Amino acid sequence: MSVSLQAPPAKSPVPQPPPAARRAGLLTPWILLLPGLLWLVVFFLVPILTSVGASVQTGNADQGYRLTWDWGNYGHGLSDYLPQYGHSLLYSVLCTVFCLLLGYPVAYCIAFRGGRFKSLLMALVVVPSFTSFLIRTIAWKTILSDNGPIVSVLNDLHVLNATTAMGWTVGNHVLASPAAVVFGMVYNFLPFMILPLYTSLEKIDPRLHEAGSDLYCDTFATWRRVTLPLSMPGVVGGTLLTFIPAVGDYINAQLLGNPNTGVVGQKIEDLFLRQTDGYPVGSAISVVLMAGTLILVLLYIRKAGTEDLI
Amino acid sequence: MSSNDVLGRGTGGDLRLAGLTKRFGSFTAVDHLDLTIPQGSFFALLGASGCGKTTTLRMVSGLEAPSEGRIFLGDDDVTERKPHRRPVNTVFQNYALFPHLDVYENVAFGLRRRGIKDVKQQVADMLDLVELGHLARRRPSQLSGGQQQRIALARALINQPQVLLLDEPLGALDLKLRRQMQIELKRIQTEVGLTFVHVTHDQEEAMTMADTIAVMNSGRIEQMGSPADLYENPGTTFVANFLGQSNLIPGTVEGVRGDVVTVTAHGQRLTLPADRCRTDTGAVILGVRPEKVRLAPAGSALPPGVNALAGGVVSDASFIGVSTQYLVRLPSGEELAVFEQNTGCEIQRPGTEVVVHWDPSQSFGLDGSQDIEAGADLDEESAA
Ligand SMILES: Nc1ncnc2c1ncn2[C@@H]1O[C@H](COP(=O)(O)OP(=O)(O)O)[C@@H](O)[C@H]1O
Ligand SMILES: [Mg+2]
Repeated sequence: MSVSLQAPPAKSPVPQPPPAARRAGLLTPWILLLPGLLWLVVFFLVPILTSVGASVQTGNADQGYRLTWDWGNYGHGLSDYLPQYGHSLLYSVLCTVFCLLLGYPVAYCIAFRGGRFKSLLMALVVVPSFTSFLIRTIAWKTILSDNGPIVSVLNDLHVLNATTAMGWTVGNHVLASPAAVVFGMVYNFLPFMILPLYTSLEKIDPRLHEAGSDLYCDTFATWRRVTLPLSMPGVVGGTLLTFIPAVGDYINAQLLGNPNTGVVGQKIEDLFLRQTDGYPVGSAISVVLMAGTLILVLLYIRKAGTEDLI
Repeated sequence: MSSNDVLGRGTGGDLRLAGLTKRFGSFTAVDHLDLTIPQGSFFALLGASGCGKTTTLRMVSGLEAPSEGRIFLGDDDVTERKPHRRPVNTVFQNYALFPHLDVYENVAFGLRRRGIKDVKQQVADMLDLVELGHLARRRPSQLSGGQQQRIALARALINQPQVLLLDEPLGALDLKLRRQMQIELKRIQTEVGLTFVHVTHDQEEAMTMADTIAVMNSGRIEQMGSPADLYENPGTTFVANFLGQSNLIPGTVEGVRGDVVTVTAHGQRLTLPADRCRTDTGAVILGVRPEKVRLAPAGSALPPGVNALAGGVVSDASFIGVSTQYLVRLPSGEELAVFEQNTGCEIQRPGTEVVVHWDPSQSFGLDGSQDIEAGADLDEESAA
């Protein structure tokens, strides 16, 4: 036996690398992290600190801005733009809910009924994203215009009377209304919901469905007791990936909304690009938006980590 | 309405398959199966991989719709019933435990679905039965294969199904654990008294556990009977080769006198009992199990009335303790296997000339038109 020819393993010292090599070994993870860390510092930390700094300045574009630690910018920002905060939150929550309701069945069908067309179907979900976000949203302006087919059908069915009464549309139009804004957001963010949902549904072993039906679950009960709990990572991922960009979105409100559907993003853009003294308040409201979103997301993730959501 | 009514339980009775057929496109996976499985029996469906065992079970559980035929539980035709409405539970080949639930909730799953409120005692009893009470709060991923297997069994058994279907439940376990679980399963079945339909490709497993074995081949039942009956009286070359090992010798029926059939094979006269011979004219395949065959030195006197084939040469002898396994090459080139019990007699060396002989009542006769090799290589494959 060859084993007996070797020294007993216990006594053989584990060979130690020379000190220099050991140091290099410890450094390797840091070297690998360096590009990423640099990226974060330059494009994340610096802009955030700049924003926070700008939010407590005073001045205007002509005379320059000075750091005056004027926290009043936050008070003005919040009180002047409270309705826009409300719209941002309402539209993005609605958008997330509709995306989940629409996206879950799509992801479910592709994952469990897609067969060999799975990849093709998933490609179709993301293919529209190859066209610019802006152009697709402008296209909806044409589709939803007053002489387009959708408006005439909705009018014939008297749907628009009802939605106008509820305040979601204006008159006999679809465009320039809260409904159009939410619609546009749902359209644009749906793939961000479907992709993570699909990924987590696709991982579920279909034999677990069979085990469910073997143990007295009908189709709905199997979904409720087996599929849904196992797809929760996808639900959490999808809702975050939809909600976070939706809160900051302003293109849909700009193109499909009206003056009464203003969202925070629009005001930030306005203050930065069109006002001569907008930097401090603009920075303040974007810092508040970021912080608010962060707090909501953290609360949500804490819930999501528990069984409360299902 | 009680949950028993929902599941149509109560009549009890045998599981009966009538002309059950499943086609996938033009391929027939299960071909006109007619079977009655008595209530309370341990029934094994034995066959090589791909012969349609899983498909049969899936039709019984309702996960697969038959192309033709009916399934009866007692007097109820359950063919059209959805799986969740059948009083049948399955232990899946891969266990299919719910990964998001702990052991306790996995076992309680069926009870909760049927709206039974007080599950605690029943789950505790069931976990005791499979001896895993101490792991109730573990997730399936934290259990070993053998433990997962027992949880899958407990999850199905707790519902007291009229029929429990087990699809190669021991396939993923190593040999030692498999033997242990075979005894365990048999004990549990005796204890609970439910009908078990156990699918396996391991003939030894089927023989040790089952009251009745059905040997399946290419979607058909080749033969059905008790383990001893199948072993002693195989009806086809497939069964003779698949279940244990057989020496099969092609010959011709010379005549039948009374209850004795006379056959010539390799120019020698052999006899066998008429009631163990499945043909009475023409080509026949005479079979004898290796442990029934004896060796004698060439030229020595044989007991009167035995079947004997002379002129053989020992080509291989392996001593394995309890017995010695010989291969004897006949003048025709055919090799016979002989297992001699280690009763202290001398071991014959390779090259020795011998006569092989056996008691005529130990031989069986099969229809000579079959493929003599059928099922032989399958057995080796599944044993591997
Ligand atoms: N869904 C299916 N579609 C097509 N062929 C199938 C399907 N399920 C099983 N088969 C075929 O039917 C045969 C029997 O399969 P199966 O019942 O799983 O065999 P076993 O369990 O005995 O190994 C195999 O040849 C298999 O390829
Ligand atoms: Mg199988």
